[in-house]
Amino acid sequence: MKVTSIKSGLSALFLAALLAGCSSNPVVEEQPTSTDIEDTSVQTGQVDTSEIEDVAVETVTADTIFYFDFDKALLKPESRAALLEHSAMLQSNPRNVRLEGHADERGTREYNMALGERRAQAVKEFLVLQGVSPSLIEVISYGEERAAAYGSNDDAWGLNRRVELK
Amino acid sequence: MVHKILSLLLLIMLSSASFGELVIKITHGNDKPTRIAVAPIDQTGIQTGEDISRIVESDLQRSGLFETIERRNMLAFPGRAQDVYYRDWRMLGTEYLVAGQLRSVGGGRYQLEFSLLNVTAQKTELTHKVSGTITQMRDLAHLVSDKVYEEITGIRGAFSTRLAYVTAIRKNDKYTYRLNVADADGAREKLVLESGEPIMSPSWSGDGKELAYVSFETGRPAIFRQNLVTAARQQLTNFTGLNGAPSWSPDGTRMALVLSKDGNPEIYLLDLQSNKFSRLTRHFAIDTEPTWMPDGKTLLFTSDRGGTPQIYKLNIATKATERLTFTGNYNARPSLAPDGRTLAMVHRQTDTFHIASFDLKTGRMIELTETRLDESPTVAPNGAMLMYATKQGDRGVLAAVSLDAGVRYVLPSSIGDVREPAWSPFLR
Repeated sequence: MKVTSIKSGLSALFLAALLAGCSSNPVVEEQPTSTDIEDTSVQTGQVDTSEIEDVAVETVTADTIFYFDFDKALLKPESRAALLEHSAMLQSNPRNVRLEGHADERGTREYNMALGERRAQAVKEFLVLQGVSPSLIEVISYGEERAAAYGSNDDAWGLNRRVELK
Repeated sequence: MVHKILSLLLLIMLSSASFGELVIKITHGNDKPTRIAVAPIDQTGIQTGEDISRIVESDLQRSGLFETIERRNMLAFPGRAQDVYYRDWRMLGTEYLVAGQLRSVGGGRYQLEFSLLNVTAQKTELTHKVSGTITQMRDLAHLVSDKVYEEITGIRGAFSTRLAYVTAIRKNDKYTYRLNVADADGAREKLVLESGEPIMSPSWSGDGKELAYVSFETGRPAIFRQNLVTAARQQLTNFTGLNGAPSWSPDGTRMALVLSKDGNPEIYLLDLQSNKFSRLTRHFAIDTEPTWMPDGKTLLFTSDRGGTPQIYKLNIATKATERLTFTGNYNARPSLAPDGRTLAMVHRQTDTFHIASFDLKTGRMIELTETRLDESPTVAPNGAMLMYATKQGDRGVLAAVSLDAGVRYVLPSSIGDVREPAWSPFLR
């Protein structure tokens, strides 16, 4: 294998890789959640509080991160409580939801991808059992690739074994 | 969009000085290394930009089987066998001597003629000529190392092979991921892919010309193949759920991979010519990390169908599976040595993850590493060494260990965390 051809070939593929990277759409955008309040407030000089409350309910702070024990995909009681709130919201105001599953760094990367997915699936199954339409819910695993906390200790690992609801 | 490309290009050009280098640090060597002297190559005035003898010395040292004589102790720098005065070398306790001469042969090409001499027996073991252009001096050096290593040990040298690996660089909570290929000694690192989204699981094709890998660039994990010479790149999968763990068949016609589109992670085969997928496992457990046996008829994979991850065998024709590992509470990521019998894997006995070697015939499991949090073992194509990823403090680094655990070295990157090494096949 000639080194010179590798070099020019690789700078060409370098560009190709950059171009490929540029043409991707890596971020899943959230659906807009607010109703349009501007019209009514400008025209009538009054703020429509009921619509503002709707917005507040949509973004209420039930936990959106659920944690798991090592090598397990079982929902904890506190997760279930938060998820009950989310399922109620999702049934009254359906929107697309993305569940991102994660694992801590221990063990192998592809197995951890599967573990992250298993955890996100556990959250999805719970929501579906409560009546949320499965077509609203997308499951993605990042395995150990997207750590929330850095460090090789129990605290960091505990923070990384999670599913994030977005 | 054009602006984005241009600014990215500029960023790469400016930061080329900060591209990670892998620097070898030997931590443990063989107990009775062979003493070898690599005399500085007589370059007959040619400016090569590389010290060929130093590259050979590093290669031989890294194998752990050799101890090199220090240049400042050498009494002479012979370029040819007939210029060797054996007594000078016997006095230093040298067992072998490498001597060589580089000449220009016109057309921009240079020829290296080198000899391996047995100092004890006072005879020439081999003489060889190899030629290349001025940019190929490192390749010439690695060929010298291969020939010397093979002559003395009887094992084919793997110094002319390459490593693929992933580097993750964190800046203000944002990551940049790079898929790189470098020489087996960490030199000449080249960028294959850069992304703001994770890259995983590089896998070499049998001819060493392509890499398959997982990229999250589309927002979900997908498997790609990329030709390292032509730059051609193709997305192979686009299913919902997991798309992971690609592994090329030995004959290059199929890819084993993992998809969870049918409910949970299962092993599939993709026929690269027909683009047809066939499903190989049917079990509600996690089945992942397939790797091929040399006959192309059997896969080894990780499954937790028994409760915790263990290594299983899968007959592709019959789909029958058989559990292989029973020692330890976690065995995963099988990587087969070329002898077809020794399996490297991630192994946990109590609570630390080590790399272990497992004998498929006897069932014997040997822990090879003392580092913790080990993952991604990859075996050199001559079976002499394996490389894996581990952590030093908070940094992800690559480490190498010989399959008899006698030799160890570490390769940290100068920037970022390095992970997921994949050792190329023989390339020449």
